Amino acid sequence: MQEVTTEKKEFVPNIVAFCCNWCSYAGADLAGSSRLTYPANVKIIRVPCSCRVNPTFVLKAFQQGADGVILCGCHPGDCHYVTGNYYTRRRMSLLFSFLNYMGIEKERTRVEWVSAAEGAKFSAVMNDFVKTVTELGENKKLTDLRVKEGE
Amino acid sequence: MTREEYVESIKAISGTDVRKCMKCGKCSGRCPAFKDMDIKPHQFVTLLGQGKIDVLLESKAIWNCLSCMACVERCPRGVAPAAVVEAVRDTVVRMQGKNGIKAEDIPPIVDELIPQQLLVSAYRKYNK
Amino acid sequence: MQRIGVFICWCGSNIAATVDVEKVAEIMKSEPGVVYSANYQYMCSENGQQLIKQAIKEHNLTGIVVGSCSPRMHEATFRKTAEEAGLNPYMVEIANIREHCSWIHKDMDEATEKAVILVRTAIAKVKLNAPLTAGESPVVKRALVIGGGIAGIQAALDIADAGFEVDIVEKNATIGGRMAQIDKTFPTLDCSACILTPKMVDCAQHEKIDILSYSEVEEVKGFVGNFNVKIRRKARYVDETKCTGCKICMEKCPSKKGLNTFNMGLNTRPAIHIPFAQAIPNVAVIDPEQCIKLKTGKCGICQKFCGVGAIDYEQKDTFVERQYGAIVVATGFKPIDLDNFNEYGYADNKDVITSLELERLMNAAGPTNGVLLRPSDGEHPKVITFIQCVGSRDTSGCGKPYCSKICCMYTAKHAMLIREKYPDTEVHVFYIDVRTPGKNYDEFFRRAVEQYGVDYIKGMVGKVYNENGKLMVQGSNLIDNEQVTIVSDLVVLAAAIEPEPSVRKVATLLTASIDTNNFLTESHAKLRPVESPTAGVYLAGVCQGPKDIPETVSQASACAAKVIGLLVKDKLKTNPCVATPDEMMCNGCSQCANVCAYGAITYVDKEFRLGGGKTEIRRVASVNPAVCQGCGACTVTCPSGAMDLKGFSSKQIMSEVEAICKK
Repeated sequence: MQEVTTEKKEFVPNIVAFCCNWCSYAGADLAGSSRLTYPANVKIIRVPCSCRVNPTFVLKAFQQGADGVILCGCHPGDCHYVTGNYYTRRRMSLLFSFLNYMGIEKERTRVEWVSAAEGAKFSAVMNDFVKTVTELGENKKLTDLRVKEGE
Repeated sequence: MTREEYVESIKAISGTDVRKCMKCGKCSGRCPAFKDMDIKPHQFVTLLGQGKIDVLLESKAIWNCLSCMACVERCPRGVAPAAVVEAVRDTVVRMQGKNGIKAEDIPPIVDELIPQQLLVSAYRKYNK
Repeated sequence: MQRIGVFICWCGSNIAATVDVEKVAEIMKSEPGVVYSANYQYMCSENGQQLIKQAIKEHNLTGIVVGSCSPRMHEATFRKTAEEAGLNPYMVEIANIREHCSWIHKDMDEATEKAVILVRTAIAKVKLNAPLTAGESPVVKRALVIGGGIAGIQAALDIADAGFEVDIVEKNATIGGRMAQIDKTFPTLDCSACILTPKMVDCAQHEKIDILSYSEVEEVKGFVGNFNVKIRRKARYVDETKCTGCKICMEKCPSKKGLNTFNMGLNTRPAIHIPFAQAIPNVAVIDPEQCIKLKTGKCGICQKFCGVGAIDYEQKDTFVERQYGAIVVATGFKPIDLDNFNEYGYADNKDVITSLELERLMNAAGPTNGVLLRPSDGEHPKVITFIQCVGSRDTSGCGKPYCSKICCMYTAKHAMLIREKYPDTEVHVFYIDVRTPGKNYDEFFRRAVEQYGVDYIKGMVGKVYNENGKLMVQGSNLIDNEQVTIVSDLVVLAAAIEPEPSVRKVATLLTASIDTNNFLTESHAKLRPVESPTAGVYLAGVCQGPKDIPETVSQASACAAKVIGLLVKDKLKTNPCVATPDEMMCNGCSQCANVCAYGAITYVDKEFRLGGGKTEIRRVASVNPAVCQGCGACTVTCPSGAMDLKGFSSKQIMSEVEAICKK
C-alpha cells in the first residue's frame, strides 16, 4: 500500500472492522505476526462473534463519519458458535441493500470470511477494501445529514 | 550482460523458482532423452540455482531436450526443468545474435493443446 | 467517577520500534477519566505486572487499559494481575497495539497515531465495563473417546485407570484401528498384534470402559464439562449380547465374495463376518450390501445355523444419548488414493501395491498366511523395489505438501524383514531423503543398509511400466548421475497418509478447528499440543498430524492426563460474558430462544410490581449462564433491545465505534 501523507491532502478513509474473536481476530493477529501490512486506517473492534454486530453499530459508524465498515467472521460452517455467521450473512445482506438504497454505496460495506489461519487473506482483504473505499471517496452523504441534524 | 545478469535473466525467462526444488530427481528419472543429455534435467535446476551458468551455456543438452514436458508434468514441487532448458537455449541463441523467431513466425492460430514452449523450442532448434 | 489507568507496553522493540510508546503514554495522561498513564518495557513480566498492581492500589484505579499484544495472548495474564491487586478482572481492556499496529505498519507517525486511537477506544470501552464474576458449572465425570485405534485405546485405558468412566466410539465393527493391520512395528520389530491385542482385551474387560463399536457420533451439544452426545449405533444385524464369536455363520454364509477391507481388499470374506480373529468385540457383523437375505429376502442360512439366535435381520440403527465432561478425538488416518499418480501404474498392475497392502501380505493372519507372494500370480518376488514419498512433500497439487513422517521407517522395516526372511531377494529403495529422527531410528535404518544389504538409491522414480510381465521401474540415481531401470517383480509404494475423512464431520460437530490438510488444529503448536481450541476437546494420534505409534501413544497418554485433570474438578468456572435480558423491556416474544444455538434461553413467568400495590405476571426470557456461550446472536435478534451481552454490551461497542470514528 502506498504511504499516504497529510501534506498531500490525499483522502484517507476511516475504516471500522468488526472481527469475531475466534477466527477473524485471530486471522488479524496472524497477519500481524506474519508482518503482512495493510493500511493503518483500518481499526478493529473485537466482538465474540460476527453475529454480535447489531446493524445499529454499522449505522452508528457511518453516522460518526466512517467511510467504510467491514465485518469479518468464521467461514460458513466453521462458526465457533455453530450458526452465528449465518445470522450475520442474512442480517448484513439486508442492511447493506437498505444502506445502498439510502445512498451509501454497497461497496462501502462488506462481509468477509477469514479463518484464524488466513493472515494473508486478512491483509489482502483489508488492502482491497481500503482501495475500494479510497476510490469511492469520502462518505459525504451521511456526514451532511448529520451536520444538518445538529444545526 | 554480466554473469549475474545472465543468471537472473535465465531465471526470469524460465519463470520457475529453482529454490522450490527438493532434489528428488524425478525429472531425470522420467526424462526420455536422458542418455543424450550431457547435463541432466535436475542439474539444469541445481546449476542455475548455484549460478553456474557457464556449464549450462556450453551444454549440448539444450539441443537434445525434446521439450516433451515430462519433467514438468512429474515434478512434485511445481518446478519446470524444461523451462530452464528452454531459457538457456534462448539465451545461447540470443548471444549468437541469431534470435530467429519473430512474432510473425508463430502461426496465427496456435493450437491450445500443443504446449507453446514445444513449438517455440522447435523453432529455436531447427530454424537455422 | 471512573479512575482509569493506562499501561503501554514496549514489548522490547516489538512495539517500541514502530510506535512512540512514550508519546502514547503521555497523550493518554490528558484523556478524560485517565488518572495514571505509564509505559514499560515488558508489561507481562513480573516487574511490569508489579507496576500495574502498584498503580491500581496507589491511584485507586477503577479500570485499566493495557496497550500491548493481542488480548488472545495476555488478556488472561492482566486480568489475573488486576485481580491480585483487588480490581475486578473484567475491568481490564487490552488495546492490541502489536499484532494490529506495530507489526503491520512501518511508518512511526502513522503507527503512533493508530496506537493512540486504539488505546482511546479501549478507554472508551473500559469506562462502561462492569465488574463480572465467573459462574460455576458442574463436570460430568465421564469421557468420550472417538476412534478405537491405538490412540483411542491408550487414552481410554489411562483415563479409566484413573477411575473415570470412558466410552469408546468406533465406526468399524472392531477396535484396533490401523495398528491391527500392521505386521511388525519399528524400531524393535515386535509383532503388532502381540502388543496391541492385549490392550484391546484390557479395554473390553475394564469395568470403567464401554466400547460402542460400529457406532458414530451423530450430534454434540453442550460444552466443556457438559457435553451431550448422541451416538448412532449402526445396525450390525447381529445381537451383540448373544453372539459368541463361534464363526459358524462365516463358514455357512453363501455370499463369500466381499472384498476383505481388513486385508486391504487383497482377498474376500463372507457377508457375515468378524473382521479379524482377535476382534473386540468378538461379534459378527453383516454387510448389508453383500448379504443375500437383506438384499433379496431369501437365504437366512446364518440365522438357521446360529446356535444362540443372535442373527436379527430386522435390526435398525439405534441412538444413545450420553453426557460427557471431556472428549478425545482419535480418528486416525488412511493412505491417500493414488488416482493422481498414474506414473507408478498402481491401478494397472496388480504387483504395484501400497505399503499397507504389503503389511497384510507379510502378516501371518493375512491373505497369504504370511508368505510373501505377489498378487498377480502367487509367485515369490525376486526383485522388490520400494518407492518412497509417493504423494508426500508434493506441492504440485497432486499429493500432500507435508512429510508423512512414518514412511522412511516402515520402508526400512519392510526391506529388512524381506531380506531376513528371503535372503535371495533383491531389495531396492528409491528415496529423496531418509528421515529417521527418533530414538534408535537411524540405527535401525542403517541396519537395513549395513547388515541386510538393502540397496538405497538416492533419486525418484519417473515411471513404472509393464514389459512382458515384468515391472520396469525407471528412475534416477542422483549420486551416480544416471538413469536406471530396475526390472522388478513387485513394486511397493510408500503412499502418503491423510486424516481419516470422517474427521471433517467430527470436527464440525465439535466446532473444533481443522487445517487445510484436514488435520485438527491444536490450541498451541508447542505448548498446548494435545488440546483443541474448543475447550474440553483433546486430540490424539494422526488426526492432529502425521506420527508413528510411540508418538501416538505418548500423545494419547498426554490427552488422558489433560482429561483426568479436567474430570477431577467438581466444578468449572464459566465465562461470565453471557447474555442477560432486561426484564422490564422483554416482552417474551421467543425470538432470542429461536436463534440460540445452545438452548440457553428459556422463559419464565414472573411477577412485576406495577405501582399502587398492583402486580402483573409477565413471561420473560431467562438465560442459563452455564449454557450460554456468549456469542450475542440473541442481542441483535431481540426486537425490543432487551437482550444485552456482558463484557460486549451494545453501549460498549457503540462507544468503541465512536472513539474510532472521532476525527
